[in-house]
Amino acid sequence: MIQEKAAIMGRRQLSPGVYKYLLSSPGIARTAAAGQFVQVTAPGFFLRRPISICRIDPQAGTLVLVMEVRGQGTAAIAGLGSEDSLDLIGPLGHGFALKDAASHALCVGGGIGLPPLCQAAAHHGANAAVVAGFRSASAVILADEVENLGASFAVATDDGTAGHHGLVTDLVKKHLEENKTDVIYACGPMPMLKAVAALAKEKGVECQVSLEERMACGMGACLGCACALYDEKGEQHYGHVCKDGPVFPAERVVW
Amino acid sequence: MANLAVNIAGVELKNPVITASGCCGFGREFLDFYPLSALGGISLKGTTLNPREGNPPHRIAEAPAGMLNSVGLQNPGVQVLLEKDLPWLKEQNTVLIANLAGSSPEEYRAVTEAVEGSDIDMIELNISCPNVKAGGIGFGTDCDLAGGVIREVRAATTKPLIVKLTPNVTDITAIAKVAEAEGADAVSLINTITAMRIDINTRRPILHNNTGGLSGPAVFPVAVRMVWQAANAVKIPVIGLGGISTWQDGIEMMMAGARAIQVGAALFTNPMAPVEIVEGMNAWLDKQGIKDINDIVGTVKPW
Ligand SMILES: Cc1cc2nc3c(=O)[nH]c(=O)nc-3n(C[C@H](O)[C@H](O)[C@H](O)COP(=O)(O)OP(=O)(O)OC[C@H]3O[C@@H](n4cnc5c(N)ncnc54)[C@H](O)[C@@H]3O)c2cc1C
Ligand SMILES: Cc1cc2nc3c(=O)[nH]c(=O)nc-3n(C[C@H](O)[C@H](O)[C@H](O)COP(=O)(O)O)c2cc1C
Ligand code: FES
Repeated sequence: MIQEKAAIMGRRQLSPGVYKYLLSSPGIARTAAAGQFVQVTAPGFFLRRPISICRIDPQAGTLVLVMEVRGQGTAAIAGLGSEDSLDLIGPLGHGFALKDAASHALCVGGGIGLPPLCQAAAHHGANAAVVAGFRSASAVILADEVENLGASFAVATDDGTAGHHGLVTDLVKKHLEENKTDVIYACGPMPMLKAVAALAKEKGVECQVSLEERMACGMGACLGCACALYDEKGEQHYGHVCKDGPVFPAERVVW
Repeated sequence: MANLAVNIAGVELKNPVITASGCCGFGREFLDFYPLSALGGISLKGTTLNPREGNPPHRIAEAPAGMLNSVGLQNPGVQVLLEKDLPWLKEQNTVLIANLAGSSPEEYRAVTEAVEGSDIDMIELNISCPNVKAGGIGFGTDCDLAGGVIREVRAATTKPLIVKLTPNVTDITAIAKVAEAEGADAVSLINTITAMRIDINTRRPILHNNTGGLSGPAVFPVAVRMVWQAANAVKIPVIGLGGISTWQDGIEMMMAGARAIQVGAALFTNPMAPVEIVEGMNAWLDKQGIKDINDIVGTVKPW
């Protein structure tokens, strides 16, 4: 874990309010793994913002982050120009426990939950299927990127303007019925994760979910980012998203 | 190079910068940034006799130039500190301060007795907790309750005793004097200021506990004022904290009367803050031609 000023090498709007950053961050890129995150300084704000790492290129020393403007802090980050840099701390947390690349993975993303799955999808390449849910066609992001990884890509939209008209979990159900699946990696809103975890359990498929919680330190020091978990004995306790997660086995999460 | 070492209640700290309780766990989290030996001392996560689960999320809310927390003293209990963390901590070459808490005077006493024979160098008594028996009033906001708990703890330990004061009082000097009268060797202040944030879309408080404690640069001027008042009211050393994030803040806090300082929430913005503060203070002293950092303590010239 290090602090690094990452020069913005490229910045592109993917959909309204969603930006993709290519960053020069050799120190973090060297050790980062799929599903880990960084804490980003939002200019003018006290707390850093946790953002998942979308792609890692240790050779080139680069990271890709995809950030959606939600409130004032992410708006301040989005306001930075290409001559600026992002102040990062990372890599943080435990990412996806990646299965053998030859095993069949299903990546399930809800909106801005899709980017954190990209590195895992890249690991499985053509053995990965990616399904993602969005509000409408204008919100769909990363379609080309996912297809360039060799993975299949299917979308669901709430208003039916692209792909399946309905929930992404409909696509998950269909995929599990029709395809051999060894592992599910999921990131998105809690209700989606809960539904995906239930489907995975029903089919006996391993499921890993990436959770969110408000953070201060991002490294296990402040105990701020509590989430209710079951321990080995099935007893409930508060773990911490930044250190124990953000990725958890679905059966550990108290839904 | 100026002398940076300070002495608090007979314990020598190699520099006046201590990391504040609850902001640096049991010391392992910031090791990628610097060894603990770079610090004058570390105040460990608030510890109780038995494990505590803490409050439900959300526990964190942001504020202008600061943050609120309602962690609720989540900790694994004193035995885990002693058995799992202390053997490692004592090799780290820094002053170890156990931050102790409880919900009754008996519990405070029991947790103090548990650390008495250990390698902990100093005790910092967190009296900001609610007294369960007295209907949840904070020990630290009532002179009689505070006096009672300090007396119990004082009788149970020969270790240097720091009493950590809450700012949620009308007169900080009254509680500081109680601590001195009951045998505290030092006071540290301030703990967090009770605060609240509301999500205007859901009309819900952001913190599940409804209220939480404000810290970070937002509270710094309040902390300077209270440290100044306390330092003028008692003879025992005062450790100043609350919102310190730069070396200039550190110098200012010491001029207000603090013999040592603690750095808490600033760690979350800048993990290097404590080390940068030590370096910055040192450079400033050299530039000013001041040979000993102790010479700046309490040197504010009030109007
Ligand atoms: C592990 C992790 C990975 C994440 N990855 C991404 C990502 O790849 N791309 C992306 O766009 N977003 C991601 N998020 C969500 C992102 O952190 C929040 O949208 C962002 O912090 C909101 O900040 P704000 O100032 O715009 O919003 P405000 O609501 O103004 O923020 C106020 C405070 O609440 C916190 N906060 C608000 N919403 C969230 C949230 N959903 N999760 C955590 N803290 C929150 C902020 O950090 C800040 O401290 C991730 C969150 C976590 C925990
Ligand atoms: C997340 C968090 C947890 C804290 N936990 C404790 C604690 O366990 N015991 C304690 O005495 N103070 C605790 N504090 C208070 C700090 O030690 C400190 O008094 C306060 O935050 C003001 O200093 P700062 O502005 O430098 O953070 C905590 C503060 C924060 C932000
Ligand atoms: S954010 Fe501090 S412990 Fe997770």
